[in-house]
Amino acid sequence: MGMTVVEKILARAAGLPSVKVGDVVEPQVDLAMSHENAALVINQFQEVFQGTGLAPKVWDPSKIAIIFDHRVPAESPKTATNHKKIRDFVKANGITKFHDVRGDVGGICHQILPEYGYVRPGFVVLGTDSHTTSHGALGAFSFGVGATEMASAWALGIAVNIEVPATIKVVVKGEFPPMVGPKDLILHLIGKLTAQGANFKVLEFHGETIRKMSTSGRIAICNMSVEAGATSGIVPGDEETVRYLREEAGVTEAIPCVTPDADAAYVQTVEIDVSNLAPQIACPHMVDNVKPIDQVLGTKIQQIVIGSCTNGRLDDLEQAADILRGKKVAEGTRMLVFPASSKIFAKALDKGLIHDLMKAGAVVMNSGCGPCLGVHEGALGDGETALSTTNRNFKGRMGNPTGFVYLCSPAVAAASAITGVITDPRNSN
Amino acid sequence: MPKVIIKLENDISTDDIYPGRFMATVLPTETPQFAFFDRTEFNAQLKAKTFPAGSIIVGGENFGCGSSREQACSTLKGHEVAVVAKSISRIFLQNSINLGLQVVICPGIEASEGDELEITADQVFNKTTGKAFAQVKLPAARKGIMDAGGLIPYTRARLMAKQA
Repeated sequence: MGMTVVEKILARAAGLPSVKVGDVVEPQVDLAMSHENAALVINQFQEVFQGTGLAPKVWDPSKIAIIFDHRVPAESPKTATNHKKIRDFVKANGITKFHDVRGDVGGICHQILPEYGYVRPGFVVLGTDSHTTSHGALGAFSFGVGATEMASAWALGIAVNIEVPATIKVVVKGEFPPMVGPKDLILHLIGKLTAQGANFKVLEFHGETIRKMSTSGRIAICNMSVEAGATSGIVPGDEETVRYLREEAGVTEAIPCVTPDADAAYVQTVEIDVSNLAPQIACPHMVDNVKPIDQVLGTKIQQIVIGSCTNGRLDDLEQAADILRGKKVAEGTRMLVFPASSKIFAKALDKGLIHDLMKAGAVVMNSGCGPCLGVHEGALGDGETALSTTNRNFKGRMGNPTGFVYLCSPAVAAASAITGVITDPRNSN
Repeated sequence: MPKVIIKLENDISTDDIYPGRFMATVLPTETPQFAFFDRTEFNAQLKAKTFPAGSIIVGGENFGCGSSREQACSTLKGHEVAVVAKSISRIFLQNSINLGLQVVICPGIEASEGDELEITADQVFNKTTGKAFAQVKLPAARKGIMDAGGLIPYTRARLMAKQA
């Protein structure tokens, strides 16, 4: 019996000729990523060493990445002190893949990792963030863990007791209609699978639509795979993966890709044709409460948000700017834009996109997690409604338990900013 | 016998258990104050220590979905409650095992607030209704971590074994 991509990756990383679903393996970790919650990882890590007589030392500082993104710049003395504690640890341990609060190399962890070539096809990537699934876009097996599991990986260099997950094969065909794209695809898939439909499983993406999709789009779909409960989303590495890593991340080393065997076993196959897909909206308060846009047209929106690790890349900002150029954000609606990284911000500046968005009335914020998880800025008022290109709409997600969050593509968000109500971008000009 | 102190709906997210705005608080000694913060009454009861240790939260499907924030487990662990749910999201389940929070997957569970539940090795018995419900066994691979008392002591033992 052949192996899926993730089975192949785990077999290689665990030093085994082959693995199958349910096997318990302990893969070597190729990259261990944390953000601000490294403060807790450090605490747990130091506790591991208590009473051992050993000095707390990470297994390999070159394989640890720490990126400040959840609350940047710090919103409180508490966060600033966490940042400080992490900086000291980074320095003491010689961690080089560190991205501080900076306007040149800063950004959201799930954008920084691909952008700097830290993730390669075939890697085992652990991150103390559920959206670590994003890095499956580059053909890696990449999954979210808690802080204590990360502390264990920092100490041992392996992921302990990993059960080989079953894989769902997702085959996507057809060409996206205008104003419909990867975000609509993943929302549609989550609606179909439900929020726990892929719990403990991997989503492996195939088909002509995926092959033609940019790495940016692939990041969006892998990012949100966790919203169907998936351990990881993964697009087997291909020509586009190599192109991205060479041209955009400046990788010069060989980039071997891992592909599944033709006779690999899948627990389920899902086929989707996007040729007639309408823009999709995830309605409050669950990500799998997905409806085609015509069912929610006209819903009044107080806050539009474009950005995040899901949809804050250059193509997303470009699409939004194209729609908003020469137009104005509706009165009574505010629009927040936060690019996924400083590099993207700078490129958007060079292309004039930031100017277009600001002229339309958008507030452009620094790169970071911003309003997405309601910890920092862009909170909703009581009973207010947001339309956002981010990835979660749970009750209270945008900082207010009485608020409502709808999730959508950048095209829908931009078109709706002009009208102040949920608007179909296919009909606006 | 432990009682059900709250019965929750499906898809309880970690944002619900521990809202994102308190994420700068990380230490397990400090997180319990924010448990279910936006369920004001329940949060107040937890903080007032209204419930004895071992009291049970009953959840529906997909309990603990969403963010990987470990505070969602440490906050409940701090209140010494147990979770019985129809299904549990992967990261939350793993975090619970790692921290030693008692979680039980019980797909057929039927219980109301105030019911007395007896959790044994392979079932949950609702003493109030007289009905028993089968548990889904946690993966055997997790047993080592549970037997060691959590992932920290487990990792410590592995580290020492590596040195020897």
